[in-house]
Amino acid sequence: MSTNLALDARKARFASRKRVNLLAIALAMSAMAFGLFWLFWILFETVRLGIDGLTFATLTQMTPPPNEEGGLANAIYGSLVMVTLATCLGAPIGIMAGIYLAEFDSKGWLAETTRFVNDILLSAPSIVIGLFVYAVVVSSFRSFSGFAGVVALALIVIPVVIRTTEDMLRLVPSGLREAAYALGAPKWKVIGSITMKAARSGVITGILLAVARIAGETAPLLFTALSNQFWTSSLSEPMASLPVTIFKFAMSPYENWQKLAWAGVFLITLAVLGLNIVARVLTRQKT
Amino acid sequence: MNQATSPKRALSGPLADQVFGWLAKSAALLTMGLLAAILLSLTISAWPAIHKYGLSFLTSTAWDPVREDFGGLVMIYGTVMTSLVALLIAVPVSFGIALFLTELSPAWLKRPLGTAIELLAAVPSIVYGMWGLLVFGPVLATYVQIPLQSAFDGVPYVGAFVSGPPVGIGILSAGIILAIMIIPFISAVMRDVFDVTPPLLKESAYGLGATTWEVVTRVVLPYTKTGVIGGIMLGLGRAIGETMAVTFVIGNFNQLDSLSLFQAANSITSALANEFAEAGEGLHQAALMYLGLVLFFITFVILSLSKVLLAQLRKGEGTKT
Repeated sequence: MSTNLALDARKARFASRKRVNLLAIALAMSAMAFGLFWLFWILFETVRLGIDGLTFATLTQMTPPPNEEGGLANAIYGSLVMVTLATCLGAPIGIMAGIYLAEFDSKGWLAETTRFVNDILLSAPSIVIGLFVYAVVVSSFRSFSGFAGVVALALIVIPVVIRTTEDMLRLVPSGLREAAYALGAPKWKVIGSITMKAARSGVITGILLAVARIAGETAPLLFTALSNQFWTSSLSEPMASLPVTIFKFAMSPYENWQKLAWAGVFLITLAVLGLNIVARVLTRQKT
Repeated sequence: MNQATSPKRALSGPLADQVFGWLAKSAALLTMGLLAAILLSLTISAWPAIHKYGLSFLTSTAWDPVREDFGGLVMIYGTVMTSLVALLIAVPVSFGIALFLTELSPAWLKRPLGTAIELLAAVPSIVYGMWGLLVFGPVLATYVQIPLQSAFDGVPYVGAFVSGPPVGIGILSAGIILAIMIIPFISAVMRDVFDVTPPLLKESAYGLGATTWEVVTRVVLPYTKTGVIGGIMLGLGRAIGETMAVTFVIGNFNQLDSLSLFQAANSITSALANEFAEAGEGLHQAALMYLGLVLFFITFVILSLSKVLLAQLRKGEGTKT
């Protein structure tokens, strides 16, 4: 009798444990579905409304005044120029610092502090970078300028590139380095033609991810490059960029501006996700 | 010929090495100096406001550019509330995603599903903002806010949190969008730290007849506690600093009379994004810089904590087996 009771109690407990487990599994699956749901919803609306707003004129004409036909040509050009220059400015600094962390001094206080600071900068609010560049560049030149935008974006590139360069260099087996040293190669040569060559695709991936990151950045450009309704190739004038233009147009009540904003959002999403996927394919081939 | 080149080659090696090493070191020093430069320049630019208000800036709700009277409480409240809403949603969901990816998912699905969640982090914040304002906001208003309001109409306390115009703009929608944006960060950290749990521990628990849920809550979670908290901190840091998505949907309205989650409000980042370019030099700009400094300080503390916690877990990796 009492053994039966104990058995029943144990069975009941087992059943309730199983129920809890099933519930947890169901919840975990719905959490996964929840995450995917937003991704697909956002991408779906971006493609649907983006293609709707996209015409040939979007790529060839200037940003229009409200309720007139136009395109995003100057904004696209501004974005391309600033992103390219910022990458050219930030990536070499990031690569050199990454080399320092991985190859020169990986355990000293300078490396530890730099790594710590770099991780903070990696996640720091990008609008603060904008404030910093405003205080340092814009207010000393007394004008918003494309150049200030380039500096702001470059400051975002640096931490991303440092992180990936260091990680990728650490993956290079030390046997390769030692073999090169044993042949009498100086350190700069070992790094330049052995380790960096071995880590090349990883470093390129880091740069691509950095480009993807800054291509969609709006906040640091708001009060550095500002925006410009017209075509300008001078870096000392305010310069239009795709994200800032989207911000301005999307918040406006004018229908044609909103349509152009959707087209811009589509172009940016396409570029950024494309870069991310290319970067992923590059690293996957390596490992 | 040989004699002429060999000393030069012998010299060029060490010299080039020195130059290269010096270049690498100065790049690292530059990065380190950047943080100090940001703090210093923000403090200098904010000095007029710091000097005038001191710490009472943080508790004053005034924001009047015409009469030049400024206080940051409204924006700080908005930032804290939106991040809180975001965490409330994002933490359980990220936990579920990490649990699914580490314990439940079949091996061939792990990679594509993990990548899909990571892509959420790659979507630019301006896309979230525009989608939130024009697509998500109206849906939230019709299908969530109006039913909630009619359900809690007249209920004390709770009613106050859901009052206000149901237009899909305000703290709630900003919080939900922030949650979607930080889910990939938190779930990626959780997945990584769950993966460092020694398989031996998990297998022993399974061998004793524990269910998946019991293994995760009683073996994996205690083992990875610090890492999980570190991941949540990282997500919080992101949520606090996020600018564009919040600026689009929070409504940019300086008020603290109604604590409703549906009411338009303002956050530190959206105040900066909206007002800074138009603010005249002087106290208005200094007050905004002060806000920026507060923001940077908060994120700095949170991110440092997250980093320390994650490092602790990594340190324990070798010893606790």
